[in-house]
Amino acid sequence: MAKRLLTLIVDPIKCDAYGHCAEIAPEIIALDPWGYPIIRGAVSGAAKAHAEMAVRQCPRQALSIKASAVEANRRVGSTRR
Amino acid sequence: MSGNRLLEGVNPTSPLTLSQHLEVHGTLAVPSTQANASWSEAMLAELATAGLDGRGGGRFPTATKVAYVASQRRRARMVVNLMESEPASQKDSVLATFAPHLILDGAQVLAAIINADRVVVCIANDNDRVAQLMERAINDRRGLKERSMEIERPQGRYVASEETALGHYLDEGVSLPRFRTTRPSPVIAKSRVLLVDNAETCANVALIARHGGAWWAKGDIAHAPETTLVTVSGAVQTPGVFEIALGTTVADIVQLANPQGAISGLLLGGYGGTWVSAAALDAPYSVAGVAPFGGNLGAGIIIALGDDVCPLVETARITRWMANESAGQCGPCLFGLPNMADQLEALASGRHSARADRSILDLTDVLEGRGACAHPDGVIRMVRTALEVFADDLATHQQARTCGRVGSKTYLHLPDQEDLF
Repeated sequence: MAKRLLTLIVDPIKCDAYGHCAEIAPEIIALDPWGYPIIRGAVSGAAKAHAEMAVRQCPRQALSIKASAVEANRRVGSTRR
Repeated sequence: MSGNRLLEGVNPTSPLTLSQHLEVHGTLAVPSTQANASWSEAMLAELATAGLDGRGGGRFPTATKVAYVASQRRRARMVVNLMESEPASQKDSVLATFAPHLILDGAQVLAAIINADRVVVCIANDNDRVAQLMERAINDRRGLKERSMEIERPQGRYVASEETALGHYLDEGVSLPRFRTTRPSPVIAKSRVLLVDNAETCANVALIARHGGAWWAKGDIAHAPETTLVTVSGAVQTPGVFEIALGTTVADIVQLANPQGAISGLLLGGYGGTWVSAAALDAPYSVAGVAPFGGNLGAGIIIALGDDVCPLVETARITRWMANESAGQCGPCLFGLPNMADQLEALASGRHSARADRSILDLTDVLEGRGACAHPDGVIRMVRTALEVFADDLATHQQARTCGRVGSKTYLHLPDQEDLF
């Protein structure tokens, strides 16, 4: 059976760069120069509890965790040639 | 072999009327208002056999998209995307000008496959000429037994033609993209699931419905195999739209528009497309043909760049225009694209720091995949390919600040942009 990845997804339209998420789950969330979250990799292990808390604490309700093989926020590898 | 299938038999001065259109292409029988499962299945199979892909720029297999919409439980609605929001594209307007009924035939076929309640033709609110032509064509068909059709006029801006933005407009009158957490996911407006297809895609469906998928892909004695519409502009004397057989070399296509002077590179696909070197002139114009040069076909746009302008200046111009066209909904696009334009303008005009290229490429990595729609990703693709294809110009700028070609001349059409160069 294929292992389903848990992925943290940012709705970039809702997100207003409060930045709480990156403080709560620094293992998987970095901030860009303007304070908007960049998701680094899948949600796993110890990071899971932090990710769930980040989802709950987001003032804009812009975060969600999805179990899927396809990621909406494609951050796996660069397409740069 | 004739190159024309979509533009076959057109008049140079006026659109084909319905009777002229039927004389050129023959009649077409489409189940009018009732669902007809066996007909739908057979027609879907023909689309799959043809291998038609989306001509709005995505080049996604049409049969797959249609089947996905058909599989939804909700009642469907057919949407023709005649927005043509790429400033360097004219092909859909040309098609609407000369062969409007081919577009509408295809829309009716697609509407019948998904048993849509009706057809909506979306035309930008700054394109009255095409809206009037399509209105007349729709009125011409009043006597036909087919699904009702109407015209909608979303905002004439770059991101307004993206399918979630069309859905948003038809739902709430707002021409802005929506975010989707999973893909594919249905585009829904007024509790209808939408099938959104580009006008040229629809016109090809009209040909497939008449002649079958195998004919469409292979052609016959009188007709070329698969054709596509391209808009050629830039360093050419007679820019325009041409219907060409897929696989024609890029050089032969550019030749149709009478190139002037030496070509230093080409922008393929659109302002969110890909730069390729002049070596790509030898490539066959097809998805596979331009791929080795890092190119994609996008919306069928070819812009030839003359070697008398600085490609970095042209890249900066496009980036600024695209930054201004952002819907402003997502932070990475709202803040990232203007910053990228600032950096490119500095590089182009010699005000840059030592490793400006590295800083720009790092920014593309930071922004990639982080918009609700693909607008920033298109700019990223265009900028990355520019820095790669024009590596020599980049080196010159890094050593000597500028290449001495920073001036007012430009080969790009950028509506309403104040020029900084």
